[in-house]
Amino acid sequence: MTEPDNLSTYVLRLADDAMVLGQRISEWTSNSPNLEEDIANSNVALDYLGRARMLYAYAATMLNTTEDDLAFMRDARQYTNLLMHELPKGDYAFSTVRQFFIDSFDVLYFEQLIHSGDAQLAAIAAKTFKECQYHVRRSRDLMVRLGDGTDESNSRMQTALDELWGYRHELFMDDELETELQQQGVAITRADLQPKWDAAIQDCLTEATLSIPEADWTVSGGRAGVHSEHLGHMLDDMQCLHRSHPGVTW
Amino acid sequence: MNDLVPELDNFQQKIDDEQRIEPKDWMPEKYRLNLIRQMSQHAHSEVIGMQPEGNWISSAPSLYRKIVLLSKVQDEAGHGLYLYSATETLGITRAEMNARLQSGESKYASIFNYPSLTWADVGAIGWLVDGAAIVNQVSLQRTSYGPYARAMIRICKEESFHQRQGYDIMVKLAEGSPAQREMAQDAINRWWWPSLMMFGPHDSDSVNSQQSMKWKIKRQSNDELRQKFVDQTVQQCEILKLELPDPDLRWNEERQHYDFGEIDWDEFYQVIKGNGHCNRDRIKHHVKAHKEGAWVREAMTAYAGKKAQRKDAA
Ligand SMILES: [Fe+2]
Ligand SMILES: [Fe+2]
Repeated sequence: MTEPDNLSTYVLRLADDAMVLGQRISEWTSNSPNLEEDIANSNVALDYLGRARMLYAYAATMLNTTEDDLAFMRDARQYTNLLMHELPKGDYAFSTVRQFFIDSFDVLYFEQLIHSGDAQLAAIAAKTFKECQYHVRRSRDLMVRLGDGTDESNSRMQTALDELWGYRHELFMDDELETELQQQGVAITRADLQPKWDAAIQDCLTEATLSIPEADWTVSGGRAGVHSEHLGHMLDDMQCLHRSHPGVTW
Repeated sequence: MNDLVPELDNFQQKIDDEQRIEPKDWMPEKYRLNLIRQMSQHAHSEVIGMQPEGNWISSAPSLYRKIVLLSKVQDEAGHGLYLYSATETLGITRAEMNARLQSGESKYASIFNYPSLTWADVGAIGWLVDGAAIVNQVSLQRTSYGPYARAMIRICKEESFHQRQGYDIMVKLAEGSPAQREMAQDAINRWWWPSLMMFGPHDSDSVNSQQSMKWKIKRQSNDELRQKFVDQTVQQCEILKLELPDPDLRWNEERQHYDFGEIDWDEFYQVIKGNGHCNRDRIKHHVKAHKEGAWVREAMTAYAGKKAQRKDAA
């Protein structure tokens, strides 16, 4: 494997985000509240896993390795996804709020990334943006139906909001590496997207009869490989079979 | 009773003429109940069948395999959905069918009571279990009940992809390391006989068969379909250079079919009766997801109600 540079590191970050969340969403398959939701969850998981694959494949060409080596042979400390993506699926409220937060972010992010100076990233962003538009329509719709459904669903949704609220900051943090890439016209300034994101969330919560959590807090560390305790276990399960048979084809 | 006879004659005539029976057409109560039993069992099998393979989505050995497997399992959910909708045309709700599945009153394919122990099982299930299901479903494309026949036509299109992905997993394992080959052979050893059992008892011992054939709910007998499956599968296994676990399996020149050994019917009935590894797990899994999702379904219903009310008020 070649030493990673800024661009390959950046592509890996986006790949890890998609990989880890795709893996989490796929845990709903055969476990969803009804068949319609089961099928929709599998669909979204497939989009994320497809996105992860495109990004890993791109990083692999730069790093002289393979998509599977990148997905299966790196440990939790080497994974650089943002923390919100890796959290266990929780109940349907937790997964819905997480999805809505990330979809609302991604739709803004990938819309911009289409203009990246890196042609490969721009192409991946164009495909991803289309999917994100559908994802955010679905997750926003679920936010409203579950927020304004029953007392129980409303209270579960509010709890999920409280539990996820502090993870949102990390979505908008630009470190040195990404700042450099922004100056080269490759990456997007995350912080710039926050006002639009805040407005979209506020607008949805009002319609969903939910409120912005009172307590704010900030946890971050995903880009530096400092994760929740959950990621390691998720990767153990995901990587075990691949690692037990080194060098074979599946 | 007599005044029913012309309708019954008319019904049988339609069937004999290869016309489809549609939901609004007159049908004997026994025909309706027989179909509800068979179609809901078929729908349950699609849904319960998601579990043994779903078990491997999280740990599939490559990104490509993970994606293919996930979309396969997603298809099965879709099949369950079409089949439940088709069954609803006979005057039963999905909720009732669900309740019957969970209470054990309604069955699902007993093969899903076997555990999927290794990655090769995902290959063997796709190749053998979906393979056997296709043979049966192709035949059901000509079943007499319109909604069922149309569901089968739609489903069969996707099933051939399922079988191919399963076989493709087996090909890769068979061409792979000694450990991979061993894994593949072990999976074949465990899934071969249960796949043959999927076609049900011998024609001579099958209780529901005769009436079902007359009404063209079934188009070919259990033994005919089983033979068709054996004939196509033996050759596929030869390409893999792996073995089917049956010393009596050989080509019969006279019959132009493969002969094969006797199925262990005792095992078949034991597993149906509840003595399989996963009988309890499969239902428990289904009940758990259903219970945990109850508040979501209730919220959706409540929201739809509120929305309709607001629309009325406006
Ligand atoms: Fe199916
Ligand atoms: Fe299938």
